Order: sequence, then structure tokens, then C-alpha cells
Amino acid sequence: MSVNLTTVVVACVLIGTGTYLFLSRSLVRALMGFLLMGNGVNLLFIVASGPAGAPPIVGESDEPMVDPVPQALVLTAIVITLGMTAFVLALAHRARQLSGRDLVDDDTESARIHARAEADLLDSPSARDVTEQIAAGGELPESRHHGDTESDGEVGTTWRDGIPERGGGGRPTGGPGTGGGR
Amino acid sequence: MITPYAWMVPLVVVLPLVGAGLALAAARRTHVQRIISMTVLGAMLVLAGVLLWASDRLGPQVVHVGGWMPWEGIVLAVDRLSALMVIVSTTVTMGVLGYSIGQGRSSFDDESDGHSPLPVFHPTILVLAAGVTTTFVSGDLFHLYVGFEMLLAASFVLLTLGGTAERVRAGTTYVLVSLLSSMIFLIAISMVYAATGTINLALLAQRTGELPGGTVAVLHVMLLLGFAVKAAVFPMSGWLPDSYPTAPAPVTAVFAGLLTKVGVYAMIRTQTLLFPTTRFDDVLLWAALLTMVVGILGAIVQDDIKRMLSYTLVSHIGYMLFGIAVGSTVGLAAAIFYVIHHILIQTTLFLVTGLIERVGGSSDTGRLGDLARISPVVGVLFFVPAMNLAGIPPFTGFLGKVGLIQAGIDQGTWLTYVVVVGAVVTSLLTLYAVSRVWGRAFWSENPEGMTGQGPVRGGHHEALGLGVLFPTSALVAVTVALTFVAGPLYDITTRAAVDLMLREPYLQAVLGSGAGL
Repeated sequence: MSVNLTTVVVACVLIGTGTYLFLSRSLVRALMGFLLMGNGVNLLFIVASGPAGAPPIVGESDEPMVDPVPQALVLTAIVITLGMTAFVLALAHRARQLSGRDLVDDDTESARIHARAEADLLDSPSARDVTEQIAAGGELPESRHHGDTESDGEVGTTWRDGIPERGGGGRPTGGPGTGGGR
Repeated sequence: MITPYAWMVPLVVVLPLVGAGLALAAARRTHVQRIISMTVLGAMLVLAGVLLWASDRLGPQVVHVGGWMPWEGIVLAVDRLSALMVIVSTTVTMGVLGYSIGQGRSSFDDESDGHSPLPVFHPTILVLAAGVTTTFVSGDLFHLYVGFEMLLAASFVLLTLGGTAERVRAGTTYVLVSLLSSMIFLIAISMVYAATGTINLALLAQRTGELPGGTVAVLHVMLLLGFAVKAAVFPMSGWLPDSYPTAPAPVTAVFAGLLTKVGVYAMIRTQTLLFPTTRFDDVLLWAALLTMVVGILGAIVQDDIKRMLSYTLVSHIGYMLFGIAVGSTVGLAAAIFYVIHHILIQTTLFLVTGLIERVGGSSDTGRLGDLARISPVVGVLFFVPAMNLAGIPPFTGFLGKVGLIQAGIDQGTWLTYVVVVGAVVTSLLTLYAVSRVWGRAFWSENPEGMTGQGPVRGGHHEALGLGVLFPTSALVAVTVALTFVAGPLYDITTRAAVDLMLREPYLQAVLGSGAGL
């Protein structure tokens, strides 16, 4: 089977650019990436369906018909992508309502445990102070269970600000848990 | 092939979908909604029981949807593996729904006004159940994908229930990772179709053998990648402990039980049916080892019980992968047994954590203490499944692990021995992780700030009502009861594994007698 090179190249470009956008921290950009990838994959199905031909309606034409199955699959995939897009848009909107931006935040609990492990490793008094400080910060997320969603954006900020202060321990800040600060 | 019970196969998908619609229509009548959901799940359980009996005695029950033949339309097929999975998944969904009903009106949402339960919860759980059973009964690769998307869409809604900042953050990670894995799966499907001209699993089983080795290897890798992300296999497991713990207890419980196991199921199905070679067995063994060890190392440092359990969830996926990767009937039988055990045990533990939250007001072990004295009932309910998870005899966790280790030693290569050692170490570390939680939450002194009688929500104290205790105890009882029926259950999983390895029974049921490889 010989394939249509243009379709393959377009599909590759769509999936490649989609993947790049998908890596973004911004939810809307990631969504755009998802859409591009989705369209690229749909084109891949068209490639998979083989050579072009008459519409797959029996009795309409004497020419060979195209394979109808991939078209049905693509239709289904498009509908599913639509539903997922709607959900992600709603999610991005909600994230913006809550924090004023649609960026993906770090997992603060991981950051806390990472900082505690480093503090144990260094075994310096100042590092211990930081651990306690973060542990005190650990009380904050619980307050979320009692309402007050407005302050949540602040909680994340406090933590991210709290961890860099550990610079007093003699180590540059960073690491997987804390490196995501912007 | 005799398939007199085949008419029941579509019902396990149709019933929850119809139920979801009815429950949504009855959104303002909580009682009607509850009756609908529980009736639907009860009916599914009965159907799945009959299907298990039928597939065990009469062979796989197959439906050609719409009368289309396998090379044109979708096929639904229920063999022993599918029927077992449907039974177990419906059981845990029922337990979780029972728990959420028992929580009462002010349950689901801390942040909502506390007066109205979210009306979308029941319909969404039913859609989730429909998606999960779709993947279990499907005999078609694209239909499998549609089942995945159904359960994913439902899980997105459940995970971000209430739309609080913490859940939106966790939900974002989960949604993006899930979308990516679906995309990989979809690309894999398009490649499979391009290479073979079909997406029917039985036809694929016949055709993959005729393809060039390199082509099959690419298809194999793509499918494995897509499923591995869903099943949270290391190194694609980072999303799970990040996103699960923030959801309400029943939601986390049902997720932990079902979603990753759907990925494992898809791996078992494709691995046995499409790729019966040993091509990537060594890679899978390494992945199994790393999943176990890295997962459990994550678990032992956690302070939060839910996060600890999420890491053990990742870790124990490694055991199932080990069973699949060994590639023998013994290994596969043990893996299926372990999947059943793990679905039940993980759901139960997350529900018990929900109880702990209700009693202690938190799931953070630093803020809990002395629970064994405050609430001995919760102590017993936590202790029994926790020991089961760690693999203490005579529970099913022990039996499953013994089966897997047996399979590994039978295989006898140095790599399987290494993984066997890893499995034993992981089991011990799991024991350490749960006993650490036990020591800190149940036996340590009561720390300041622990409320002792649960948080105040919606203006009244939530105590341990019978409504939440009963479903949780029922699930704990089921996990214990499995120990007593372990013999017959192991026989069924062994027969399932034998048929999966043979492939002929499935092919003949789907394609008609005379179909071979």
C-alpha cells in the first residue's frame, strides 16, 4: 500500500506541534496542544484507510469504495475530543476563577516531604527550623476543608516562599519539588 | 459454541447507562436516585454472576452487535476474566455507593452549602461503572478506547467534584495525563489498523502473527505505553499519588480500586491475545521491579494516609505486571487473582481512611493519635485489610503473592529471581508502611488539635453512623471471605489463564467454530 505523503507529513507536524504545546504549564495551551494532536491522529486514521475512492454507499458508483471503518472511527474520535475539550475548558475557567491564572500548580505535599528529607540529611539547626516552619504551613491545607476557598491561592504562595528561605542551610534551593516556582 | 446467555452481555453496559439517565432525571429526589443506583448495581452483579457461571461452563459468551460480523462491526465477548472483573468492579462500586449514601445529605462536599448532596454524583458513578464494564466486555480495540473515554470523562467529573482549588490542581494533572495516554492509545489503534486492516481483537490475534517482526514490535510498544500510563507503571506513575488523595473518600476509593486495574486488564488482554511472544517480557519484568520498589519507597515517607495508600497502589501494580511478564499460565492465574484481591483491598482501605477522617478530622498521621482507644471499631476495620495488603497469612494478599513468587521461581531466570526478591522486600516494606500508620494514628498519644469526634460540617457533628460503618464492614468481610473461597477462586483464575494462553477458545467463540491461528 502506498500512502499519501502530504497527509502523513501534515499529521506528523500536527502531532509534533501538539506535543510541544501539551508540555506547557498553561492549561489552555495544553488544550490547544491536545486539539492539534487529536486532529493529527484523525489524519493518521485517514492514512490508515488506504487509497481514496468512491463514497462508501453501495450502489452509488462502480468505482472501488474507500474503507468506511476508519471514517466511522474518526467521527467517534472527534466527538470524544469535543467532550474532553469542553471539560478542560471548564476546568481552565475554574482554575482562573480560583487563582487568576490557569497554570498547573506544584504538589505542595511532595515539596514539604522533599524539604523534610533534605533537612534530615543536612541535620543543621536552621534546616530543622525550616521543616517546622513548613510543617506549620502543613496546617493550612486542612483549613480548606472548612470552606474559605478564596485563600487557597495564597496558601500555595506561602509555601513556595517558605521553602526558598531554607537557603540559610547552606544549599541552593531547587530540586524536583521546589523547582517549579515562577 | 453455545452462547445462550449472550443476551445478558450488553445489559451490563446498558443498565448502568439507563440508570445514569434515570438518576439524572430524578436529581431532586435523593431517595429515588439511591434506589435506582443500588438496583442497577445489584442487577449488574446478578448478571455478572450468571455470566461467570456460563463462561466457565459453556465457554465465552459472545454478541455480534447489530448482527454485524467481526470484520465489520463490534463484538462483545465475556470470558472468565471479563466476568470476574465485572463482578469485582460492581461489588466495590456498590460498597462505595453504599458508603456515600450512608454519609447522608451533607456528605459529598465540604465546600458546598452542606444542604444538598451533589445531584450529579450518582449518575456519574453509574457512567463510570458503564465505562469500566465496557472495557471488560469489549472484543474490539476501538470499542475498548471508547470505554476508556467513558470512564475517564466520568472520573474527571468525580475528581474535581465541588471545584475547590486543591481538587482543580489535582484534577488538572490527572486530566492532562489521562488525555495524553488516550492519545497514545489512539495513535496505536490507527497504526494497528494501518498494519492489519482490522481492530477486532480475535482477528488481530490471527493477523499479528503474519506481520514482520519490527511492525509488531512497534504496535506492541505503543499499546503497552498507553496502558502503562493508565495502570500507573513506573516511570509513568508520578501522576497517581499527586491526583488521587484530594478527592472525597468514596471517590478515591472507587478510583483506586478500578481505574488502574482497567489498564492492567487491557494489558492482560492484549498481551495474551495479540502478542503471545516473549518479546518484551524482560522489559516488563524490570518495569514491574521498579514499580514495586520505587512505589513502596514513596509510601514509607508519607505522612498522609491517603497518600501512603496511593503509593502502595502504585507499588502493588508491580505485582500484577510481574505476573503478566512471567508469561506462564501460573503467573497469569496469580496475576488475575492478585487483581481481584487488590481491587477489593485498596477500595476497602480508602473507605476506612474515610472513616478515620470522620473520627479524627484528618488523614494526616501527624494530627491523629490514640484512635485505637477512641474508636476500636475503626481500628479493627483498618488493621485487617492493612495486614491483608501487606501479605500476612492467611489473607488473599499472601496467597496472591505466593502464587506470583511460585511463578517467578518456576521460570527460573536470574531476572525473575531478582524480581521475586523485590516482591518479598516490597511486601515487607508494605508491612512497615502500614504499621507506621498504625503506630502513629492508632497507638501514639493524642496530639493537640485533634478534635476526637469529627469535624463540624453543615452544622452538626458527624459520628460513625451505621450508614458508613455497614458498607465498609461489608467490604472488609468480603476481603476476609475471599480467603475462605480462595481455592475455588484460584481454580477459576487458573482456568481463565489456561484459556487466555491457548487463545483458541476465545477465537472460536468470536469467529465461529473452525477458526484457528
